[in-house]
Amino acid sequence: MTAITHHIPDAMLAAYASGNLAQPFALVVASHVSICDDCRAALEAHQAVGGAILEGTRAVAASPDLKASVLAQLDAPHSPAPEYRRAGPLPGPVMAALKGAPPRWKRLGMGVKQVLLSADQDGSARLLYIPPGQAVPDHGHNGLEMTLVLQGSFSDEVGRFGVGDVEIADESLDHTPIADAGDPCICLAATDAPLRFHAFVPRLLQPLFRI
Amino acid sequence: MLAVRDNRDRAAFAALFDHFAPRLKGFIMRSGASGQQAEEVVQDVMLTIWRKAEMFDPHRAQVSAWIYQIARNRQIDVARKEGRPVPEALKAEPEVEDDAAQIYALEQETTVLKQALSRLRDDQREMIEKAYLGEMTHQEISTQTGLPLGTIKSRIRLGLERLRHELKGMR
Ligand SMILES: [Zn+2]
Repeated sequence: MTAITHHIPDAMLAAYASGNLAQPFALVVASHVSICDDCRAALEAHQAVGGAILEGTRAVAASPDLKASVLAQLDAPHSPAPEYRRAGPLPGPVMAALKGAPPRWKRLGMGVKQVLLSADQDGSARLLYIPPGQAVPDHGHNGLEMTLVLQGSFSDEVGRFGVGDVEIADESLDHTPIADAGDPCICLAATDAPLRFHAFVPRLLQPLFRI
Repeated sequence: MLAVRDNRDRAAFAALFDHFAPRLKGFIMRSGASGQQAEEVVQDVMLTIWRKAEMFDPHRAQVSAWIYQIARNRQIDVARKEGRPVPEALKAEPEVEDDAAQIYALEQETTVLKQALSRLRDDQREMIEKAYLGEMTHQEISTQTGLPLGTIKSRIRLGLERLRHELKGMR
């Protein structure tokens, strides 16, 4: 694996640490941190600041029975939340979004496939599968878009993005990412707004395909 | 915390509760929760600390940083009613001896970090607190001029950078 050169901006790591990042972007950040030690270290630095602020917070006395209630539950049986492990190119957080199941790809045409992981008022997250030499559908953006490469690589007007790299694009960037030769490119793409596809799918169909 | 992790020491856990529960309650109430809502979160967080104690790695985090993260996750899960995406956990390798020098270095940096926080102007500190209470979006954080985020964070970044290099060697 070549070194990761496109990382998560610091403000986004801070927003993730503090819990104020839309769910689709939080999925990208958690996935990138799973494979990038630099950003893990930076995230943990933010958590250290958060911890220092927690330490310095004015204490509010807990009601007397809270402690007794917690201590009484230490031995209570509980079902831990399932932990999802990486599967092939898909990091743990993506597997968690898939609830551990293998991705069920839906064809978009020209060999391009996708799996919608989430779509709501916060935006959407999807996996994209793009054969070598194929363009990721040309799109402009209404909002912010993050694309994390999980397998293969793509290149566009900005540069080349390999495994672990994150491209962040906003309204000002109208780019055409093309999957490089080699392995098919698999990306995790998140946006906080519906994408406007120019060419690939007629705009009227967008709500239908949830693109 | 290490006594809780390694010996399942209930007295040590009770002491941890006495220290952190009131701070957690105050911290969560600052996000607008009622006292009762805050206590529900505190209860969940304290139980998570007990149940996930083996995940605590003193080389990488101070107890307060680890608890901060658990508390933020829990608050978000409660608010959204769905799990927040979290990174794959790095398993602390049980057979590796604790590296006292690394733990000490992290403690030192945390002390420097707290000093740096306490030296901030009131308005700057309020801004930092807002950011880490989750009241600022990433756009607000990145466009807020005068937010000494980088300065503050760099106090602790060095030790983690060093650790990161060691982690790379381990994998
Ligand atoms: Zn990174």
